[in-house]
Amino acid sequence: MREAEAGLKALIPQAEVFEHNPRRLYIRIPRERIADAAKYLHRERGMRLSICTGIDTREGFEVLYHFSEDGTGTMYTLKVLAPKDDPVIDSLATWFPAVDWIEREMTELLGIEFRGHPNMKPLLTSDTDWESGRYPLRRGYERRTDDHER
Amino acid sequence: MSDRRIVPIGPYHPLQEEPEFFKLIVEGETVVDLEINLGYNHRGHEFISPELTYDQVPFLVERICGICSNSHPLAFVLAVEDCARITPPPRARFIRTIIHELERIHSHLLWVGLAGHFIGYNTVWMWAWRYREHILQVFEMITGNRNHYAANKPGGTRRDLMPDQIPQILTALDVAEKKTLMLTKAVLDDPVIRSRLERVGVLTREQAIAYSVLGPTARGSGYDVDVRRDDPWDAYGEVPFNVIVCQEGDVFAKAKVRLLEIFESVKIIRACLEKLPDGPIEARVEEIPPGEGIGRAEAPRGEVFHYVRSDGTNRPLRHKVRAPSYMNIASNVVAVKGGSIADAALTLAAVDPCYCCTERMAAFEDGRLTHTGKDLLRLSWQKTERVREKLGR
Repeated sequence: MREAEAGLKALIPQAEVFEHNPRRLYIRIPRERIADAAKYLHRERGMRLSICTGIDTREGFEVLYHFSEDGTGTMYTLKVLAPKDDPVIDSLATWFPAVDWIEREMTELLGIEFRGHPNMKPLLTSDTDWESGRYPLRRGYERRTDDHER
Repeated sequence: MSDRRIVPIGPYHPLQEEPEFFKLIVEGETVVDLEINLGYNHRGHEFISPELTYDQVPFLVERICGICSNSHPLAFVLAVEDCARITPPPRARFIRTIIHELERIHSHLLWVGLAGHFIGYNTVWMWAWRYREHILQVFEMITGNRNHYAANKPGGTRRDLMPDQIPQILTALDVAEKKTLMLTKAVLDDPVIRSRLERVGVLTREQAIAYSVLGPTARGSGYDVDVRRDDPWDAYGEVPFNVIVCQEGDVFAKAKVRLLEIFESVKIIRACLEKLPDGPIEARVEEIPPGEGIGRAEAPRGEVFHYVRSDGTNRPLRHKVRAPSYMNIASNVVAVKGGSIADAALTLAAVDPCYCCTERMAAFEDGRLTHTGKDLLRLSWQKTERVREKLGR
């Protein structure tokens, strides 16, 4: 087992690791522990944050934190899930400037609240008359199984 | 009461001709803070992409940027291949590497030229763009376009390299390398350029790490990240090259990194052409199974990151795009602080601006426009026919 993977498991026993291939790891953790996990990967393991991805799934809002371990070329993707009726996740921007913009963007496009963000104003729509409360990347879930006619 | 004033650069950047708004907060001549506003040209690619099929998306993401127009489709294709566990055939992987490195050469020369233009050194601008032409002509020969090469598809590449094109690429590389060497020496030895760029807009290594910056912006600050070496894809694990790193973190260091990287790219392309394997240029892709994939490509400006989630249909469920400038521009907040207003425009440009230069042709004779859009379209059809006849298809 990789050192970072073992360290994460020791820190967060509930972490579920899925290895897509040797250089792509996905780790599901409870949303309350995201700050601990991100601090561990960035500060102790020296990983770089590539970006975060927010996804509106049937189960809730999934936020993926893609960390890159540049020494080994491995991506560690932390996955947290926030329920649709309570889309709140702790902000990391207080100590990690790299997430500042993407948390603002996810708030704007998906309506996820990042609790404690020091500068929560719109990133992309600050100078437009886009009405707040409309989230373009939310989906109502009627995606068809396939669509070959397009 | 403080005597803070705001100096706006934007919303339409006067030099970079791009829609972004830098609000410099100054005390006298000194910049004390910076606010960045984006979104003036948000095109909603992440919204459109789930409406398109996997074969259509490369054409969409190719249009994110005119300069990195290979990096985005390449990263998307790598993400799809990661998700579906597809390995493209060796020839396709080498051709994709060649095109990717050619793109880096033309992009870096473009930036060097613009940097020269920004400091009022138009000779550098003219020279750099003149030598960039050799690379653009290679692109036109091997892909049919100077930008927007449409070279990538899930499972391989869309166009093969013809045997008679290889000597022409090598000749163009020789010329470009010789001229760029002269330009590099001239730029790096020039006392005026040095005194204008050195110790300006310094981004320290710690700041580079905290902002997770990428590409030459990171490597100019001593932060040694390069996905080509760290997470090699296509042919990068099979060809030798060096990663250029400078420690100073100023604008000059970034210029140095970019100029020296051009020679590494030339080295990679030569090695790829030498080792170019025979065989097919695409693997057959049946369907994309449910799952997720990550694709990363080292664009001229740093790591381009694409994430794709598939639900088993022929369209991605979610497609996340992160261009390197997204991380690099955010670091301007610390890089311009403490500098003068005159340095700020330069520092903001040092992360490498990005705009499309595909609109290039207007032929005039006696003051009259000789070619309309329709004429150009007709010429392009005729050329396609000629190529078809040559290939016997």
